[in-house]
Amino acid sequence: MNYFKFFSLPQQFNVDLSLLETNFRAIQSASHPDRFVTCTSAEKIASMQTATLANEAYLTLKNPANRAKYLLLQQGIDAIDEKNTQMAADFLMQQLEWRETLDDAKHAKDLDTLENLLAEMQTEANILQDDLADYFDEKQDNVAATDTTRKLIFIDKVCADIHKAIEHLE
Amino acid sequence: MALLQISEPGQSTAPHQHKLAVGIDLGTTNSLVATVRSGQATVLLDEDGHALLPSVVRYLPDDGIASNQVDVGYAAQAAQSLDPQNTIVSAKRFMGRGLKDIDISQQPYQFLNSDAAESKQLVQIHTRAGVKNAVDVSAEILKSLKKRAEQSLGGELVGAVITVPAYFDDAQRQATKDAAQLAGLNVLRLLNEPTAAAVAYGLDNGSEGTYVIYDLGGGTFDVSILKLAKGVFEVLSTNGDSALGGDDFDRRIFCWILEQSKCAPVNAKDTRLLLTKAREAKEWLTDHTNAQITCKLSNGELIDLTLSTKQFNELTQTLVQKTLTPTKKALRDAALSIDDIKGVVMVGGATRMPQIRLAVADFFKQTPLTNLDPDKVVALGAAIQANTLAGNRSEQDLLLLDVIPLSLGLETMGGLVEKVIPRNSTLPIARAQEFTTFKDGQTAMSIHVLQGERELVTDCRSLAKFELRGIPPMVAGAARIRVTFTVDADGLLSVSAREITSNVEANIIVKPSYGLSDEQMLEMLKSSFGAAESDKNARMLNEAKVDAQSLTQAIRAALQQDAHLLSGAEAESIHTQLAAFEQLILGDDAHAIHQATEALNTATENFAAKRMDASVSRALAGKSLENLNL
Repeated sequence: MNYFKFFSLPQQFNVDLSLLETNFRAIQSASHPDRFVTCTSAEKIASMQTATLANEAYLTLKNPANRAKYLLLQQGIDAIDEKNTQMAADFLMQQLEWRETLDDAKHAKDLDTLENLLAEMQTEANILQDDLADYFDEKQDNVAATDTTRKLIFIDKVCADIHKAIEHLE
Repeated sequence: MALLQISEPGQSTAPHQHKLAVGIDLGTTNSLVATVRSGQATVLLDEDGHALLPSVVRYLPDDGIASNQVDVGYAAQAAQSLDPQNTIVSAKRFMGRGLKDIDISQQPYQFLNSDAAESKQLVQIHTRAGVKNAVDVSAEILKSLKKRAEQSLGGELVGAVITVPAYFDDAQRQATKDAAQLAGLNVLRLLNEPTAAAVAYGLDNGSEGTYVIYDLGGGTFDVSILKLAKGVFEVLSTNGDSALGGDDFDRRIFCWILEQSKCAPVNAKDTRLLLTKAREAKEWLTDHTNAQITCKLSNGELIDLTLSTKQFNELTQTLVQKTLTPTKKALRDAALSIDDIKGVVMVGGATRMPQIRLAVADFFKQTPLTNLDPDKVVALGAAIQANTLAGNRSEQDLLLLDVIPLSLGLETMGGLVEKVIPRNSTLPIARAQEFTTFKDGQTAMSIHVLQGERELVTDCRSLAKFELRGIPPMVAGAARIRVTFTVDADGLLSVSAREITSNVEANIIVKPSYGLSDEQMLEMLKSSFGAAESDKNARMLNEAKVDAQSLTQAIRAALQQDAHLLSGAEAESIHTQLAAFEQLILGDDAHAIHQATEALNTATENFAAKRMDASVSRALAGKSLENLNL
């Protein structure tokens, strides 16, 4: 089942998030196991499968990095393939800097630096998302889209680590 | 909701019959039962007009007439200082827990000492009625509430929604479900307490927006963040502490009394007495600035102390702070700041304490919402959900989307945990993970499932160990075993496994780390019924026939509505099987009826899936029409 088709949305990077949410809720309203508590076991199974699929598909399309990864997979490209780890030298340098800032702030228990780094990562993620819309929806440039998707995945990982570090300090 | 209406078994004979369903708040200190009557959620009272049932069970001495009698509620509570070892309070704290999880020095009970091998088992307590665990005690409380509901409503219950703390893990949820089964209750759903409170609050006030539910009960703390919109209650994140509650505030006062009076270590009776005095002082301080604590210990020693609000606040400051850490985490997980929060709803008796309200107001920079009775709101919300789940039509089209509170993971090399399902994932959820064999010809493997956020196995809770057997022998690394973890809408985990290259279903043996094995559960059920073999057979046959009849009704209704989804051959096949089935269920072979019911269910799976797809398409078409109309 194609996730875009499942939610009656055009298959592209730019997604109308409020329509996605509306349609997700409509599907859950029709399929959630709460609607089938007193039904036959065949109906319960169908409900469970559809509601589970709806949650998985929603999670995939809602998050930009997951959505980009999914769009590439639809075209037979695995963005996180181990054989496919090339990244531009300047981005690699940038990566190292971010990691270093994170580690230093973690050891110094410096909450402000962590919060600032998080904001910086979010700005960076927004730029990458604009690029992805351009590569996927306008230029149909899969090579550039794959490269940018990998960068976005990396940024998501750093963000998760910053969150963990902040949680640890609180 | 056309699909809902047609898929109700039993409705064709009596379409407007109101089904009796209740919501039960099974609390640490108090429990309640509520139902929806004439469209209104109400708490059901006992014969003396009490809404609350103290969650206290006393196993009574043999009076020569009847043995194995129990007192539940106020009578048991009144005897707790006199008979502390046979009177179990706050059993909820032991649900799904082993001896090493609790501080037994603080408890007046005689715990069953088990050796190291068994120390992971559910906490067991020696009473005069034999060895009891938290599931037994909770079942007594549920039985009492079931009786109250059936007397009050004048009929048998179709089922119940039972609330659990949102932060309960899988073992604690399973223990709650086991207790309900033991009490003879059909569980429609386990519902998270803060979500139940949000339903009661949101429907009462017609609220829309993002709300925080701050729920400090007798023994558990939960915080949930929900988005309310058009009857959909979507939980964005939840956090908490399943061992923090009003009881801990009593305990701080208790320790303070011991310290101030410099008395010798006290016995079980005095412990219970002083804890009761501590609770009374805590409650008194809600509306007063000083509390007097006076009592006489069993050695004749007199306690006479005054506790001021200021002292109480100092004693409990760290406990209050302990609730704010999970609150911060929940906000972070939902990616929200306090400016995004429209209101903070206070739930649970312990939120009556002024220092709690002040701390919450200070943290969220707004006055918390206290206009609903913090003791009743959970039961009322559960009743509303029970009414919907049982299929009674209501004006509100209610949908609850809840989450898993704690991440699920697997043990990997070096005692590390690899997360399979992250916390705050919307339920139901399924995730598959692939494994391979380590040795040539390996036919079995062991999988350890854990729940928690930490990286080391030893820091997470062990849920279960699965042994996969029947893997076809291959060279090392050739087998591909796909293990699927499914968490259902009750927040309960199930596991299935399949070897992909040969498509062989692997056999799974589950060893729950904390909890009851299937055999133990069966044993407890048997002793709770104690009915004669012939009664049991008659009941089994009756149940099988009722199930079979509702299945035929449901399928006939489905055919009437949606037969066009099937090809001619498919429809004919279902009709033929249905006719044979209706003949079979006239007979008296319970086992055969049971098997045929399962077969018919399997035979209609494809039809059910097609109807589900059609229903989803209809739901989406309805939405695009709505958008066009705007």
